[in-house]
Amino acid sequence: MQNARPNQLFRNMTAKIAAIPMILTALCVFVGGTVWTIVYSFTSSKLLPRAKFVGFDQYERLWSTSRWTVSLENLFIYGLCSLVLSLIIGFLLASLLDQKIRFENTFRSILLYPFALSFIVTGLVWQWILNPEFGVQSVVRGAGWIGFSFNPLYDSELVIYGVLIAGLWQGSGLIMVLMLAGMRGIDQDIWKASRVDGIPMWKTYILIIIPMMRPVFITTLVIIASGIVKVYDLVVAQTGGGPGISSEVPAKYVYDYMFQGQNLGQGFAASTMMLLAVLIVVIPWAYLEFGSKNRG
Amino acid sequence: MDKVNRLEGPAGPRPKKAFSGRNIMLYGTLIMVSLYYLLPLYVMVVTSLKGMPEIRLGNIFSPPMEVTFKPWVKAWSEACTGLNCEGLSRGFWNSVRITVPSVIISIAIASVNGYALANWRFKGADIFFTILIFGAFIPYQVMLYPIVILLREIGLYGGLPGLVIVHSIFGMPILTLLFRNYFSSLPEELFKAARVDGARFWGIYFRIMLPMSLPIFVVAMILQVTGIWNDFLFGVVYTRPEYYPMTVQLNNIVNSVQGVKEYNVNMAATILTGLVPLVIYFVSGKLFVRGIAAGAVKG
Repeated sequence: MQNARPNQLFRNMTAKIAAIPMILTALCVFVGGTVWTIVYSFTSSKLLPRAKFVGFDQYERLWSTSRWTVSLENLFIYGLCSLVLSLIIGFLLASLLDQKIRFENTFRSILLYPFALSFIVTGLVWQWILNPEFGVQSVVRGAGWIGFSFNPLYDSELVIYGVLIAGLWQGSGLIMVLMLAGMRGIDQDIWKASRVDGIPMWKTYILIIIPMMRPVFITTLVIIASGIVKVYDLVVAQTGGGPGISSEVPAKYVYDYMFQGQNLGQGFAASTMMLLAVLIVVIPWAYLEFGSKNRG
Repeated sequence: MDKVNRLEGPAGPRPKKAFSGRNIMLYGTLIMVSLYYLLPLYVMVVTSLKGMPEIRLGNIFSPPMEVTFKPWVKAWSEACTGLNCEGLSRGFWNSVRITVPSVIISIAIASVNGYALANWRFKGADIFFTILIFGAFIPYQVMLYPIVILLREIGLYGGLPGLVIVHSIFGMPILTLLFRNYFSSLPEELFKAARVDGARFWGIYFRIMLPMSLPIFVVAMILQVTGIWNDFLFGVVYTRPEYYPMTVQLNNIVNSVQGVKEYNVNMAATILTGLVPLVIYFVSGKLFVRGIAAGAVKG
């Protein structure tokens, strides 16, 4: 017994030592940090974290704060629209590029370049294009359509769609690339078969290709969804949460309460809610994706 | 026999169809879409080359009547954030000083991790790896404050080294996955032969794995340089204003409420910030696509 233990422990010693940064990150930061935040979300921490537990008080306050509910509503609208639209746009663009066209690389480079830019750059450019005094609105008015009105960034009802325009511009290229990779993975014989049977192309896409690309769609969906929850920089750059609080998002709520409002407890509670939202998406996916594979 | 014949019927040269209509539609759509995607870049460049009077009078889409590079100079060396008027150059050098060590350290750590996971599997390794991959999905907001405390404990909160550590931590899941998958795809005989010849952990890593996997290192580098350069959240949380990376400074310059808005300077600053990732993107071409495809398909 005394002999067996050290033996087991010292096997692959170098590998274990080399993996220490990974182990520390996984345990201390990812697990430790998450647990710490969840625990402290039940305290009355203000300027500094204090272990004075107050039950669900922070959560009650969170849900009765209109800024939080507005943030969630925005995230929901933004998330749903960008999920649906970027899947549709990404798929359509990918199917256009999949037609054995010339200059495919050029088109792909153009459609994907926004993804290389940061959200800050994206937000600032679109803030400028959508600027009511100089941007699209004034250009169209200058062209003769005096009554034209397109001013999403200063309209509290529409502002989140203004952010959506920028977000789609930045991110749809990525979805296109993923979809294209999925389409290229499909056996060419399927296309031959459907051509022999005289099935029109659009029908082949809808009835055969899309069902075959199910795994690609699911993966893409998870990527978009976990990205959406993190939306922060884009809003900060493009609207700063305004006008008023009408384009606030949860990630901004967390940052503002933690680092500016000196109300840590609220920040912890809000970030825990964000974690919960992500888990609802990721856990079923991980279960479907890896639950069966690992056994095989 | 009969069946086979019928199947062979439609084979042979495909009947020529008038494809031109379809092609016009196809290329027309693609060109329109491409123009839409290029528009913001065009507007940025055009605006940054105009003088303020021209911007006030004209249309953001029209090319500049008089090309001026003053906004670029001003954005680089004079633009103000609050009381500080050093321009974006400070943010640029901060970003360089953040990005270079972060990229090197995160890739070094992750490649060794991936190698250990692929070739030297030890008990419990899979558990840590799974936690790591899950960590990629946890919203950063959940871990922001605990890391503030950790950094404060070791005295690195607010400076550049602290931010480098943070980037190395958050780059780890995706890079480790990238390297693990790559190293597992290499033929195992190679590894076994080296072991038979007496090579150890580091010997195999430096003499065999490293030279064989330069492409994946380039992919990881592209992924990290663009990712870290474009970061905003970590920069704003973990550094003091004098160490703010370029993105944070850019946002402060453009969205500052004081003074008259100089849109041409703002756009010049915006392009300057986007230039590094854009150059990397256009130079690296297919490798960038490979990087994001590997980065995106987690798991």
